Amino acid sequence: MSTSAESIEREEKLQGVGCSRKRKEDPRFIQGKGNYVDDIKMPGMLCAEIVRSPYAHARIISIDKTEALALPGVHAVLTADDLKPLDLHWMPTLAGDVQAVLADEKVVFQMQEVAVVIANDRYIAADAVQLVKVEYEPLPALVDPHKSMDSDAPVIREDLIGKMDGAHSKRLHDNHIFTWDVGDKESTDQAFEDAEVTVKENMFYHRVHPCPLETCGCLASFDKIEGKLTAYVTSQAPHVVRTVVSMLSGIPESKVRIISPDIGGGFGNKVPIYPGYVTAMVASIVLGRPVKWVESRIENLTTTGFARDWHMEGELAADNEGRIKALRVNVLADHGAFDACADPSKFPAGMFHICTGSYDIPNAYARVDGVYTNKAPGGVAYRCSFRVTEAVYVVERMVDVLAQKLGMDKAEIRLKNFVKPEQFPYPTALGANLDSGDYHTALNKVLDAVDYKELRKEQEEKRANGELMGIGIVTFTEIVGAGPSKSCDILGVGMFDSAEIRVHPTGSALARMGTITQGQAHQTTYAQIIATELGIPSEEIQIEEGDTDTAPYGLGTYGSRTTPVGAAATAVAARKIKAKAAKIAAHLLEVSDDDLEWDVDRFKVKGVPGQEKTMKDIAWAAYNNLPEGMEPGLEAVDYYDPPEYTYPFGAYLCVVDIDKYTGVTKVRRFYALDDCGTRINPMVIEGQIHGGLTEGYAVAMGQELSFDPEGNIEGNSLMDYFLPTAVETPHWETDYTVTPSPHHPLGAKGVAESPHVGSIPTFTAAVVDAFAHLDVTHMNMPHSAYRVWQKCHELGLDKAK
Amino acid sequence: MKKTAVSFTLNNEQVDVLVEPRELLIHTLREKLSLTGSHIGCETSHCGACTVDMDGISVKSCTILAVQANGSELMTVEGLASDDGLHAVQEGFMQEHGLQCGFCTPGMLMRSYRFLQENPNPTEEEIRVGLSGNLCRCTGYQNIVKSVQYAAEKLQAKEEG
Repeated sequence: MSTSAESIEREEKLQGVGCSRKRKEDPRFIQGKGNYVDDIKMPGMLCAEIVRSPYAHARIISIDKTEALALPGVHAVLTADDLKPLDLHWMPTLAGDVQAVLADEKVVFQMQEVAVVIANDRYIAADAVQLVKVEYEPLPALVDPHKSMDSDAPVIREDLIGKMDGAHSKRLHDNHIFTWDVGDKESTDQAFEDAEVTVKENMFYHRVHPCPLETCGCLASFDKIEGKLTAYVTSQAPHVVRTVVSMLSGIPESKVRIISPDIGGGFGNKVPIYPGYVTAMVASIVLGRPVKWVESRIENLTTTGFARDWHMEGELAADNEGRIKALRVNVLADHGAFDACADPSKFPAGMFHICTGSYDIPNAYARVDGVYTNKAPGGVAYRCSFRVTEAVYVVERMVDVLAQKLGMDKAEIRLKNFVKPEQFPYPTALGANLDSGDYHTALNKVLDAVDYKELRKEQEEKRANGELMGIGIVTFTEIVGAGPSKSCDILGVGMFDSAEIRVHPTGSALARMGTITQGQAHQTTYAQIIATELGIPSEEIQIEEGDTDTAPYGLGTYGSRTTPVGAAATAVAARKIKAKAAKIAAHLLEVSDDDLEWDVDRFKVKGVPGQEKTMKDIAWAAYNNLPEGMEPGLEAVDYYDPPEYTYPFGAYLCVVDIDKYTGVTKVRRFYALDDCGTRINPMVIEGQIHGGLTEGYAVAMGQELSFDPEGNIEGNSLMDYFLPTAVETPHWETDYTVTPSPHHPLGAKGVAESPHVGSIPTFTAAVVDAFAHLDVTHMNMPHSAYRVWQKCHELGLDKAK
Repeated sequence: MKKTAVSFTLNNEQVDVLVEPRELLIHTLREKLSLTGSHIGCETSHCGACTVDMDGISVKSCTILAVQANGSELMTVEGLASDDGLHAVQEGFMQEHGLQCGFCTPGMLMRSYRFLQENPNPTEEEIRVGLSGNLCRCTGYQNIVKSVQYAAEKLQAKEEG
């Protein structure tokens, strides 16, 4: 490869892999020309609004639509009775359970969908919702998952009574969903018996919500003449939605077109299919007119996919020097009233088996029990990478607890237990196969950058003065890029992804992928990959996603899987084109393709200056001057089934100062080092990190969805639900190292969820560390001022000296 | 419901529109006038995705009735760019990667547009406070602050030049 100044200049013009290319998406968004679901209008379009349950658990005695139907401008009021003939009053979920579309005999969580009103506009629809009279007979609500399996617990799912074979395991109780376990229980128990030191801690990873700024919505249009259903949907997996809609409606998949237009943030909230989508589609089929449904913020927070809600008991066994011998974890998972937790179908607890973390732990065992409660469904969402948030939280918390028991430094114990660079690929005790990593370098870089020793010294001094300063350290390993189809599927569809690249005669290109951006800049970064592979400037490469009629089938964007899977497919498809281009170049230059070398954007004849053909020349020739027998055109498709996940990692450090009289925690410093292998666009990565760390700050420090004993949800609007503004959000410092994934075509790993996954335990670690000298080992989130003050008060710290 | 005739100047053009008295300005802009840049992110007046400029102040158009805008001068994100090209705030957000999904962006831009007239040379702290009526879920705000700083410098240079 030549590295002449001239070829470097050509390379820069490509704006390819590794450069902080400005985003191709921005021009439309900064001028209000994005196209989000609620922007779309169709002739004859009607609006849907949903009648929702005021009770968490109640029988429906009757529904009276009369007054609502009498309101001018109202076209229909649909209830479960209307959906039954179509067998659509229930729908399947990604977790292998079913979920009520419209409540039939009873409601099982507050604000559950009971009826849907279709009217001329949303104002009339809202009026009509008030006129639908529903009579309920309240039932006792079950909100504490620890009581779900009590013998006298109210049965939430009467539709499942007697069905003790669940989708994932035997069910042990009417409110039990599944038991899932992993690891060698016997050897782990033995390691605990033999250990010099053991620690145990209970922790609650509280229920939060991804709360994208754009809520969920759908515009469904059934064309009765063509028999074709078109729906614009806020979906992170439009192809999967198409398949499911086809299976449920009986409309052939070729006559179902799902379009994810611009999406105003997803964050995992827009993976599942919601009753609102289904009812809009049914209403459009029934009425033969387009029907739009756009939910409110309160509906979004209350009824769409929540995140977390895991009650975890962690245990570590170690020797007196702090070498970890075993990990044992027991989890009670609150899944709400229907198991709609978005996971690959064989993983009811997601990728929780990554919970051995960045450490060389010889023995491990984890068990998760899922239970029903009278709450909305969900669980997997909000940058969790399929429960990796919980996995990283439990192991990082436990390592701190162990360090504290041994009186060891929290950085030192990590350095002591890290999987070493030479151990990769490293098979963990719970079956993950870490692809690559250099954890020591990463942590040491962070410790140096913040002058860790000096911070600990300052902390000593502050403690002597009775001040609360905490230093949190987290060194995490992510698992992203689901996933190898031998184990990973969504409702039976293997978790590959795809790219289709078409080079036009004049050398520009159109490419489409099976993923779908919700702000992560795919239209920019995919073009960068193709630019580098093919020597076409990224400016001239048009990227499209989200239209199931045009894009190749893919599994969508969630679990930070776009780069590991979609980008891999893109590189492979581009390489197929390049291989054909080489043959065309050889034909044009009248040499063997062995005599050619690639130089940025052209093939050159080795050792013969001036003998070269650019990709532009080749593209033109592909349409008019080809080697004998070669198919015209220049395009390729790749469906990429990943051989493995990618395992990015990071080392995060946070310093907090806590006011012991008010409990107010101030983040003084947050330093985040991420290693996601080859970096496609550093600017975009940094933006992902900032966003993820801000979410982590929100989750750890204030966000919460809680329930009272009657099952009323609390704090389900922006009146209480904590979304930080620019004022609260700390300044972030970011850093990186580069440890490529050996199995990925570009060496790139996913990264977008890392900052959320990693930062949350870092905040908890910092807050708890502020109290560590007072023998506090753990404090449950959120670390709001009130709750932190409660701890100060309990310890008597808030008494004036 | 009986409708009322409302007239205002919108992005320098005279507009007449018939609205119900209860109609929120955001819906009039988005649904009647097809200016769909301004967005709706909540119903408690917190998020600021609906921020527009009305008679020289930033207002959350989900919290104003269209009838209240009668006779006013309104500007939305669609009116920011001129024949000279993008406004400095738009350029700033693009240069400094101040947006991702783009949903908060129109409101952020309209607020920044007004804020930089209120305070042409703000500190970082002042920017953060000045934009605190606008929520963003993607960026963590850091690059938005940089975007506003970029725009402030650009506007200052223009002023001086």
